[in-house]
Amino acid sequence: MASYKLSINGSSFSVEADPKMPLLWVLRDLLNLTGTKYGCGMSQCGACTVHLNGNAIRSCTMPVSAVGTQKITTIEGLSTDNSHTVQQAWIAEQVPQCGYCQTGQIMSAVALLKRNPNPTDRDIDMAMQGNICRCGTYPRIRKAIHKAAAMMKQPPAKGF
Amino acid sequence: MQQKHSIDRRAFLKLSSFTGAALTIGFYFPALGRETAAIVTASTAENLGIALNAFISIDKNGSVSILNHRSEMGQGSYQAVPQMIAEELEVSLDQVSISFAPGHQNKYGNQITGGSSTVRGAWKHLLRTGATAREMLIEAAAKIWSVPKDECYAQNGEVIHRPSNKKLGYGELVEEASKLTPPKQVVLKERKKYNLIGKPLPRQDTPLKVNGRAEFGMDKKLPGMLYAVVERSPHFLGKVKSYDDSAVKKMPGVKHVIKVHMPVFNTVREGIAIVADNTWAAMQARKALKVEWDTTGFEHLDTAALYNRMKEDLKKPGLSQRTGGNFEATFAKASKKVEAVYETPYEAHACMEPVNCVADVKEDRAEIWGPIQGPDWIQRDLADRLKIPIDKITVNMTFLGGGFGRKAFTDYTTEAALISKEIKAPVQVVWTREDDMTQGPFRPGAMYECKAGLNNGRIAAFQTKMAAQNMGHQNPGADKTSFNDSITEGLPEPYLNSIDHYSFSDIPTESPIPVMWWRSVYSSTNGFAYESFIDELAVAAEKDPLDLRRAHLRDERYLAIIDKLEEITGWKSRGKNSGWGVAITECFKSIVGEAVKVSKQADGKLKIDRIVAVMDCGWYVNPDIIKAQVEGSIVMALGAATTHATNFTDGKAVETNFHQYRMPRISDVPDMEIYIMENEEKPGGVGEPGLPPFAPALCNAIFDLTGKRIRKLPFNMNEV
Ligand code: FES
Ligand code: FES
Repeated sequence: MASYKLSINGSSFSVEADPKMPLLWVLRDLLNLTGTKYGCGMSQCGACTVHLNGNAIRSCTMPVSAVGTQKITTIEGLSTDNSHTVQQAWIAEQVPQCGYCQTGQIMSAVALLKRNPNPTDRDIDMAMQGNICRCGTYPRIRKAIHKAAAMMKQPPAKGF
Repeated sequence: MQQKHSIDRRAFLKLSSFTGAALTIGFYFPALGRETAAIVTASTAENLGIALNAFISIDKNGSVSILNHRSEMGQGSYQAVPQMIAEELEVSLDQVSISFAPGHQNKYGNQITGGSSTVRGAWKHLLRTGATAREMLIEAAAKIWSVPKDECYAQNGEVIHRPSNKKLGYGELVEEASKLTPPKQVVLKERKKYNLIGKPLPRQDTPLKVNGRAEFGMDKKLPGMLYAVVERSPHFLGKVKSYDDSAVKKMPGVKHVIKVHMPVFNTVREGIAIVADNTWAAMQARKALKVEWDTTGFEHLDTAALYNRMKEDLKKPGLSQRTGGNFEATFAKASKKVEAVYETPYEAHACMEPVNCVADVKEDRAEIWGPIQGPDWIQRDLADRLKIPIDKITVNMTFLGGGFGRKAFTDYTTEAALISKEIKAPVQVVWTREDDMTQGPFRPGAMYECKAGLNNGRIAAFQTKMAAQNMGHQNPGADKTSFNDSITEGLPEPYLNSIDHYSFSDIPTESPIPVMWWRSVYSSTNGFAYESFIDELAVAAEKDPLDLRRAHLRDERYLAIIDKLEEITGWKSRGKNSGWGVAITECFKSIVGEAVKVSKQADGKLKIDRIVAVMDCGWYVNPDIIKAQVEGSIVMALGAATTHATNFTDGKAVETNFHQYRMPRISDVPDMEIYIMENEEKPGGVGEPGLPPFAPALCNAIFDLTGKRIRKLPFNMNEV
């Protein structure tokens, strides 16, 4: 057991955890931030995607001891009222079915759009390749990302 | 829709019995098995001692609460149910909130979310319940104003007196209305007057699903809750011979190590549960556990042996299910004979949310939460096993991160309850992805032998035999000479009117592998055999595949789908070098036709260029949800056709996680064109029927392009 001070969604959290405990379980079981999901535990599905200093990572294979002072953003930190452009686009395109994979999908999409505000279909396919959706919402994910990209160009887009 | 989530269930039930301040009506079935529900108010129900289906309640502010009796696993009942009730009740959707009904057999009738039945099974009752409340509110207003009832009408949560334009909101009317007797007859709205039904309204659970607030079973937390994982026998019927938990008990956070069991149909699977402070501690500790299994007394099959057995089984006559005319004689004399054998794999459900369950079992009561498709089965099962009266067992449905049939099973809930009982604490049992993927139950693999005789370009004789594990035969005391509509599922019925000589039979293959419904059940594999074979017959008869179907599917609905497919795809003018395939199947009273176009890329690899689907599900509620369900069904079918399967070695599942059970990724899936037919037919299923026609349409397209016939799934698109 060791003590960690984590910066999550702009706040600071102290946890006592085994250094090897993946960030996923720290978030879910120790901090009750359950928007980040467990899907495979081996970086195969993307359900656990969060941002580390703005980059999308798989929290299921990231030991808490490796996080250090890097800034973590989870789905809960995107907005408090669904006002983030990507959330808005997701609602507009009615992407979720069961919804379980969607928080991870959205975190991957946000990171993509930050890097590349004008993604092509191919860019989207490449960037979203690591996120599985068993419900098959892929075509709508593609549409929603294009929509978010278009919305971002129109002020007053919020969230980036 | 109030985004402040659904109201608390207990508060709802209390509200429902507080009859003075609200209008609460629901339906119940006066006699078991009766088709027609009676609609009564809460106070009548109380006087008669009836367990009321508290379906809707309108309070003094005019807010409408609905208790949904179906689980929400992505198929959209969260949206469809309020959309139907709000339509007849004449309120806007934002006046309506919804919560999940806890499992209770007597109150809600059969609650299993399966067979694409949410709308199909309850639509009339839901519409009538909404209309009844509307009529009672109108009557209440007429009474207050002392005017004739037919001078009043309801609109947007108010009753309006037409001549004077006086208005009263529903909230102001509920007290008066709750004293009335619900009318026996109500007139339902005409379809053309619908404001909500038939419109692509946004789903009301979407906001919760884009910010992490939707609560899935995995997200449920209770005060003092512990977390468990279970090392179960890797063989389907294994028992614990001995185990060594000395190292486990020293691991940080571990609280208990206990032997548990769970029922799997008529068998029992044993395991060792590790209960800890958090999920990861339990998972880590599990690695230190040593178990010796007794795996004797049952077969350790591998995939090759299983399919060899099916091949042998196909030589037997089997259980005849549907026969007409004389297949053998007609086939023997046919001018052209075609024969083919098709093979489909076992599949895991692989819901994105692995199986899990939270249980809190006390001496005299039990409560569970989880992603649950069959709450009333589970309630009964727990009452039996825990020896607790059924009314002391509460089954709460959370959102489901996918279900597809897997979460209609009672194994995981029983196991969780037994662990909670033993450790005397609330516990969440989490199945790791590996547990979820290797423990089953699975979709049964199947082998089909199809034969047909053609005369003058028409199908004169048609036979299909299926060898596969029979799902119904696994239940305790099952009659193994009975079949359960297995083989004819997915078959377009009108073929049997145009083919005079046919025979369908099912040969149940024996195996200890547990099998279970998987999205669209037997149709998911039957469809591949039927519609691939029809394509082979079209080729043999030198007929266009749509024309052959047109000649044999002499039914308005089918003909309309064929016309529509022809129109959308530009079928008649399709290029010589393009590969187009079609398939049409029927499943849960809906008919779906799909067309796929494939081409070869510069590197010689196959690519899907277009996917077109035409869905006829009769009367429908929300076209956007239907489109989403068809899209999702197609992606799931694509996976089962081209990327994944569950194999067995030494009686154990081989594929343990997504690195081996490869799912379609976003780049594998093109945009799709989905059309919904407009007609006045009864509602059919929506969540499943889009799946069966996809694999045959794809394989027929590949044949059209390359001349290669694919008869065995899954196949690798890059290796055709
Ligand atoms: S849970 Fe982390 S990638 Fe699947
Ligand atoms: S929405 Fe269900 S897994 Fe993606």
